[in-house]
Amino acid sequence: MENNAKIEIKDLNLSIGKHHILKNINASIPSNKITVILGPSGCGKTTLLKSLNRLTELYPDVKMHGEICLDGQNILNGRHDVTQIRKRMGLLSQRPYPLPMSIYKNVTYGLRISGRKNKLFLQKRVEHYLREVNLWEEVKDRLKEPAGSLSIGQQQRLCLARGLAVDPAIILADEPTSALDPVSSQAIENMFQHLKQRYTIILVTHILRQAKRIADNVIFMYLGEVVEQGPADAVFENPSKEKTKAYLNGVFY
Amino acid sequence: MFLQKLRKGEEKFFRVVMFLSTLTIAMVLLLIIFSVLYKGLPSVSWEMLTQVPKGGFYFGKEGGILNAIIGSIYLSLGATLLAFVVGLPVALYMNVHLIRRQKLVNTIRFFLDLLWGIPSIVYGAFGFSIMIYLGLRVSLLAGIITVALFIIPIMVRSMDEVLKSVPRGLLEASLSLGSTRSEISYIVFFKQCIPGIMTAVLLSFGRAIGDAASILFTAGFTDHIPTSLSQPTATLPLSIFFQLTSPIPEVQERAYASAVVLIAFILIISILSRIFSQRFNKNKIDF
Amino acid sequence: MKTGNRYRSIQVNRLWREKLHSLWMNIALGIVIILPFLIAIGLLWKSEMLLEEHSLLNLLFSREWKPLSGKFGFYPFIISSLWVTILALLIAAPICLLTAIHLTQYADTWVLKVMHPVIDILAGIPSVIYGVWGILVIVPFISDYLGPLFGKQISGYSILAGAIVLSIMIIPFILNILIEVFKTIPNELSESSLALGATQWQTIKYVLIKKGMPGIISAFGLGLSRAFGETIAVLMVVGNVTRIPTGAFQPGYPLPALIANNYGEMMSIPLYDSALMLAALILFLVVLIFNFASRILIIKMEKRSQ
Repeated sequence: MENNAKIEIKDLNLSIGKHHILKNINASIPSNKITVILGPSGCGKTTLLKSLNRLTELYPDVKMHGEICLDGQNILNGRHDVTQIRKRMGLLSQRPYPLPMSIYKNVTYGLRISGRKNKLFLQKRVEHYLREVNLWEEVKDRLKEPAGSLSIGQQQRLCLARGLAVDPAIILADEPTSALDPVSSQAIENMFQHLKQRYTIILVTHILRQAKRIADNVIFMYLGEVVEQGPADAVFENPSKEKTKAYLNGVFY
Repeated sequence: MFLQKLRKGEEKFFRVVMFLSTLTIAMVLLLIIFSVLYKGLPSVSWEMLTQVPKGGFYFGKEGGILNAIIGSIYLSLGATLLAFVVGLPVALYMNVHLIRRQKLVNTIRFFLDLLWGIPSIVYGAFGFSIMIYLGLRVSLLAGIITVALFIIPIMVRSMDEVLKSVPRGLLEASLSLGSTRSEISYIVFFKQCIPGIMTAVLLSFGRAIGDAASILFTAGFTDHIPTSLSQPTATLPLSIFFQLTSPIPEVQERAYASAVVLIAFILIISILSRIFSQRFNKNKIDF
Repeated sequence: MKTGNRYRSIQVNRLWREKLHSLWMNIALGIVIILPFLIAIGLLWKSEMLLEEHSLLNLLFSREWKPLSGKFGFYPFIISSLWVTILALLIAAPICLLTAIHLTQYADTWVLKVMHPVIDILAGIPSVIYGVWGILVIVPFISDYLGPLFGKQISGYSILAGAIVLSIMIIPFILNILIEVFKTIPNELSESSLALGATQWQTIKYVLIKKGMPGIISAFGLGLSRAFGETIAVLMVVGNVTRIPTGAFQPGYPLPALIANNYGEMMSIPLYDSALMLAALILFLVVLIFNFASRILIIKMEKRSQ
């Protein structure tokens, strides 16, 4: 288990101004599994997720200490090119945010900005990744249309394809189904089950049932701290901490 | 690798350019204030501030700019008061009575924004043609009315922005306590927003005191301090505009002194409104 | 019994007050709504006398301005206005865009704290003060440095001086709108781009500017119309020579300056007042149309981003 860890978080602390958002986070995220970060809203789940690809750096007055090791290398020290780190993780946010361009250009965006221009290559990629997210049949005749014209569910799948197209090893998903209808949510969950063979998936959610449905591994957070973590069965069936038990029994959300 | 370096270079280059353009804006402000003060401060003296021009404003070498200072204060106070009496009810009406008709309110907002954009010289020309129609002469009153028309959209829109932020719950709560709508307007909304409304009033006052084009035709210019609404009046902006072109250095000095006084007014207004708007943000209740 | 009466009279009083307030509110709103129509009608009424003698097209494209012999050609003034306005926008636009991006994407908190009052004060400085500054700084700068640099002997009172002063005046105005435009773009959009490995600059270039394009265009449109109607500051530095300008170093005579400069004589020459009111009407309509188009564009953009 330990050797298999894709990401290892050691003593991570994060504060914005005077607010201490993440307190001494220690966690490990196994490779090719779905790891669910679970907890009531406002507990720092999203912040933890965004610190994994250093998007937290964008906000003013953010201070981060500690280590995040990706394949054994600490990505928080300054030597690494942050764009290279971000390319290794695809991000799926709460609501789909299609870029203001066509469907085709959305999928190829990550490739084009890193200098890939070969048309044939790009076309193949677009088809491949749109098939991967089951969107190809629906949009193959309208690739030139603006991405904003798709339905919300389709947009979210497009965003996933767009993230996969830069060939990441990890998928970061921040409550990706919260804006979607039940059918589209189901589709995304199924896709995750399928994708975990090739990707390490980290999913933030506050929906307990969703966590139970798809988690292999669970990190339970409360007020900026990791309360409990481990394989899903163990945490859900036999929690060791009072807080976790209370949460699982629906005492608080 | 080369491509990456090029890209980083591009970003660095633009960051420098962006910083420079920001710096330019700040520097230009300093340059404006500095150059006007540098030229004008030596002309500012006690006599300058407390006397009216002697021997005609365009030729007389003696005297000061008291006529313009007092005239400007009369004119802007009058116009601000008039605009307030018309503007506050409109702003309240939009946010209390019409709260359920957002489409209409948005249309009114659009209208006001259009009015805001009309150049002040057009208001001046309009005021002038009305004066001709009514057979009036240039006067303090005509100036006040023209400037009031010009600042009404500014005042209404900035008050509206303040009132818009009052939570709906407050309106519903006071309605359910049996208040009439005008009571709500004046007691609840107005009181809740006083600092914000003061900022709006100050902003409009600043516009009124600084504008020259709208009063050129309507308020006239004179050496004397007006004693009634039907007399023409001098103003600071026109005192600058007229006397700066004079060939006589002493007269020009009066223009530069007026510029210093006008800048002082504007800076004081800006500081005051900053204080008020900070107060407003502190007092605001978030639901 | 007594208390009942009193209660009733208070109640009646309250209702009366309510009625009075409502009445005044309606009147006030009426004044505001009617105002632009009144302006249009008032100016049209005055300019009709001129329009009865000459056709509008004739007036707009005729080059001769000789009020004493009844010739009112607006063409030189319109061309001057276009020169000054467009040049001012060309100077202001890149500065505003770059600064807006800097302030919303890169700048530290202290820069924002400094720039906020700077922009406010710049926006509040009266037109005449800009004019004084133009005479003190810009005009000598052009005649002593810029002119000789291009091998020209000039007074400095020129289209260029007007455009520079004007550009500074519209900067705070455009900048405030641009900052709003960039603020309405959700953070998550730039995050999605960054998460795909884009640098911040690439994100700005390919995503933010594209997303904000309608807003950026309308900000420039509003700036243009503001510049078009600006009077006193331009009048003080632009030279005011009735001639069709062919270069930025030449003096010009924009429409607003024409109106402001000649109000003194206008009652003594036949049709002169009518001509100036027509100029004001043209100004009014042009500005109104530009404002209208730009605001519609902004509203559309806001709706789309919701």
